[in-house]
Amino acid sequence: MERVFLLTVEHLQLSLMGVLIALLVAIPLGIFIYRYKGFAGVVLSLTDVIQTIPSLAMLALLMLVFGLGNTTVIAALVLYSLLPIVRNTYTGLNNVSPSLIEAGRGMGMTRFQRLRYVELPLALPVIMAGIRVATVTAIGIATIGVLIGGGGLGVLIWRGIQNTDTQMILMGSIPAALLAILADFLLGKIEKRLIPKGMN
Amino acid sequence: MVIFDRVSKQYEDGHEAVKEFSLEVKDGEFLVMIGPSGCGKTTTLKMVNRLIEPTSGTIYIGQKDITKEDPVKLRREIGYVIQDIGLFPNMAIEQNIDIVPRLLGWSKEKRKQRVDELLSLVEMDPEVYAKRYPSELSGGQQQRIGVLRALAVEPPLILMDEPFGALDPITRDNLQEEFKVLQKKLNKTIIFVTHDMDEALKLADRIVLMKDGEIVQVGSPDELVNSPADEFVSTFIGSSRMENYKRSETR
Repeated sequence: MERVFLLTVEHLQLSLMGVLIALLVAIPLGIFIYRYKGFAGVVLSLTDVIQTIPSLAMLALLMLVFGLGNTTVIAALVLYSLLPIVRNTYTGLNNVSPSLIEAGRGMGMTRFQRLRYVELPLALPVIMAGIRVATVTAIGIATIGVLIGGGGLGVLIWRGIQNTDTQMILMGSIPAALLAILADFLLGKIEKRLIPKGMN
Repeated sequence: MVIFDRVSKQYEDGHEAVKEFSLEVKDGEFLVMIGPSGCGKTTTLKMVNRLIEPTSGTIYIGQKDITKEDPVKLRREIGYVIQDIGLFPNMAIEQNIDIVPRLLGWSKEKRKQRVDELLSLVEMDPEVYAKRYPSELSGGQQQRIGVLRALAVEPPLILMDEPFGALDPITRDNLQEEFKVLQKKLNKTIIFVTHDMDEALKLADRIVLMKDGEIVQVGSPDELVNSPADEFVSTFIGSSRMENYKRSETR
């Protein structure tokens, strides 16, 4: 039982690490392509292509670079998390009503102030939706990390499959599923707290 | 106060929105610019706070050529009210009103005091409304806040782009009355764009009637009604409106 707990924690750590690193890249990137729309096409197609690479193929490719182990798993999770976060940041910012942006300009907000006080807060619900998708996806993909020597709940699932041990498969897959549901639920709560009251 | 000196605006597609527009707006004057859509009235307005840059000509506010000013600083010194109201839904009413004071770095106490003062000006109890969000207010209340927001740092000049256009007729009427009183009391210079002739006749000290980027006639409501410059002016005002206006004048 303790093993299940430790692997669950490890699983969560891997997934969150992947999403967090992706956030640091994806949000600035989303803002960048919003500001310089000329780059939007290239960046979005690129992240789109990354997304379509099958996860096992992605892990194998990354393994060639990062070797066996958790680093490779995290790298894959970062890459998969990029698309939903970049795209939603971009879409969320683009959806901000032009009249609000004009009101901000007309009152003498600088570009940065508009981003900080108007555009990002208003785009936040859409950005958060992207983060939720990324997190749930990451928790799912992390389960196959075991194939390239990663840790997490995949370890139990994989061993269970090899030994046709149903109990072990369940000990891995049930916590993994619960983790995904719980993460989505908690992010929903965080979203509620982050989003200003007037916008519900 | 504001001088337009042969101001023109040609867009990149070649369309000439404003042609050689010259006009002097006096201190404390309520100037209404009116005309059919596409006549260049909004473009002219937006050139005053440099949301649109003129292709040629110069605009002076006071003695200063506005192209020599930093646009961000310039805009903070000019009130601006738009048709879509443009209140920020993510900010409470008090935060919406004190945006420009915040940008200018006013102290918290001073801002709070100003918000209370402004809300009282339109008879909205600060206790009740300061912490509410725009979505909790009616359209009329929202645009009152839109106007207050423009008044926050007491700019001598306020630009208004069809501010009451999106409101229902009764609310619009009330707001017009209220605003006219407010303007006289505060002695602001207003440049106001509308396509509603009733509104123009009701509010304006002077009306600028535009067509195809040019001024057709400038004059007080009386002058426009009693001596329209040409056929276009009288058609635009409309005969029934002229009758009504004259009747209410003689009464």
